[in-house]
Amino acid sequence: MKKLNTPLTKEIRCSLRAGDRVFISGIIYTARDMAHKRLVETIKKEGKLPLGRLPFDLHNQIIYYTGPTPARKGKIIGSCGPTTSLRMDKYTPILLRAGLGGTIGKGQRSEDVVKALQKYKSVYFAAVGGAGALLSTKVKKAKLVAYEDLGCEAIRQLEVIDFPVIVAVDTYGGNIYGRNFKYR
Amino acid sequence: MRVILAIRIKDKVISIKVKTITEAVADLCVKSNYELPKDVIGKIKEAKAKEKSELGNYCFDQILRNLRIAKMKKVPICQDTGMVVVFVEIGQDVHITGGTLSDAINEGVRIGYERGYLRKSIVDDPIFSRKNTGDNTPAVIHTSITSGSKINITVVPKGFGSENMSGLTVLKPTDGAEGVKKFVVDTVKQAGANPCPPIIVGVGIGGTIEKAAMLSKQALIRSLNKSNVDAKMAGLEKQILIEINKLNIGPQGFGGSITALSVNIETYPTHIAGLPVAVNIGCYVSRHASVIL
Repeated sequence: MKKLNTPLTKEIRCSLRAGDRVFISGIIYTARDMAHKRLVETIKKEGKLPLGRLPFDLHNQIIYYTGPTPARKGKIIGSCGPTTSLRMDKYTPILLRAGLGGTIGKGQRSEDVVKALQKYKSVYFAAVGGAGALLSTKVKKAKLVAYEDLGCEAIRQLEVIDFPVIVAVDTYGGNIYGRNFKYR
Repeated sequence: MRVILAIRIKDKVISIKVKTITEAVADLCVKSNYELPKDVIGKIKEAKAKEKSELGNYCFDQILRNLRIAKMKKVPICQDTGMVVVFVEIGQDVHITGGTLSDAINEGVRIGYERGYLRKSIVDDPIFSRKNTGDNTPAVIHTSITSGSKINITVVPKGFGSENMSGLTVLKPTDGAEGVKKFVVDTVKQAGANPCPPIIVGVGIGGTIEKAAMLSKQALIRSLNKSNVDAKMAGLEKQILIEINKLNIGPQGFGGSITALSVNIETYPTHIAGLPVAVNIGCYVSRHASVIL
């Protein structure tokens, strides 16, 4: 079991291998379908230097694909497990090019994403789908960052401690899903 | 003579107020999202004992811990608290008073999803505006008329990670059991890691396309401790389950012995020219709860 802290530097990313169990601590950002669409529209509109116009600096950061349930009064967050990553596939390479260090979701990625992960030396992590109550206990702070109108799909900054994930696709093209992975 | 008959029938009719239905639906929405049925938990534990891969076991540990935390802390098991499917069996001697059945059910969903801090995931128009309705309504309501003077309500919050991976086809009559087996296994294979395995596979065979789809949903909520009542169908369920677990998709798609917890088939007579087959995939968070009013 490896422990790592964000930001997810290139050095950390390249030290990981598909199948590694990892505990992540630090800052991660939530975003799913609609937020991805807006982030990518912003990048396309702004051309080469989009970073200042984005709601947060993507460089070495992690995006977590989740849309939490509402928090009870006095609680930080509700249930917050991963959603299916394939719906974000068409946007992911553009975000990786803009410096995104890693993504957390569930399920296999497209060939394009796996290639882009190799090219930009970024990592795709999988959290256990359906374990939203357990994962909510790892979130220590939650703050709204952008797109409040999207409700549960808004971008939130989460501070997590020992958030349990598995390296699903590493920077070398190693992939936990499919043929080139021998399960251990 | 006519008058006497009318009085007799009137005597048997039981009135149920819509308010009672609303409250029941609200309770079932909350309960089903915090706690899984016993047969589902039992199957998950059984599967964990059979799982050979280390990562598979790691998943099962988290899955079972998550269920305990959800129940104890009153946090939804999964953040996708689903689109609500409601099955209502209405005894023909029941008279619903004070409003309409669908309004009563939708009001129950509205109250339950607010009270239970559940996620509102329904959009009004599926293509253009896709605007969230804000209260998780409307529910998908299936009513049927039965004998007696009771109402049986089953609430099924259905997550879309697994719903998205479902499939429907119409095979040729001569494709038979092998054709059915191939379609079901292929659908599961294509779904891979996406529907949060270990999954439950609901299969509806026969009828027309909408009948098959409906049966596949009903199959999903059948007790996991029961097989199809027909011995041949029960045998087919077992065979398909073995084939699926040979795929090595495993818990969460990380590889392993357990891809599916159960294959449940429900059937209906069909036309000489066709063989409709629907596969409704459910994740292991197979939420449903019932009440009899």
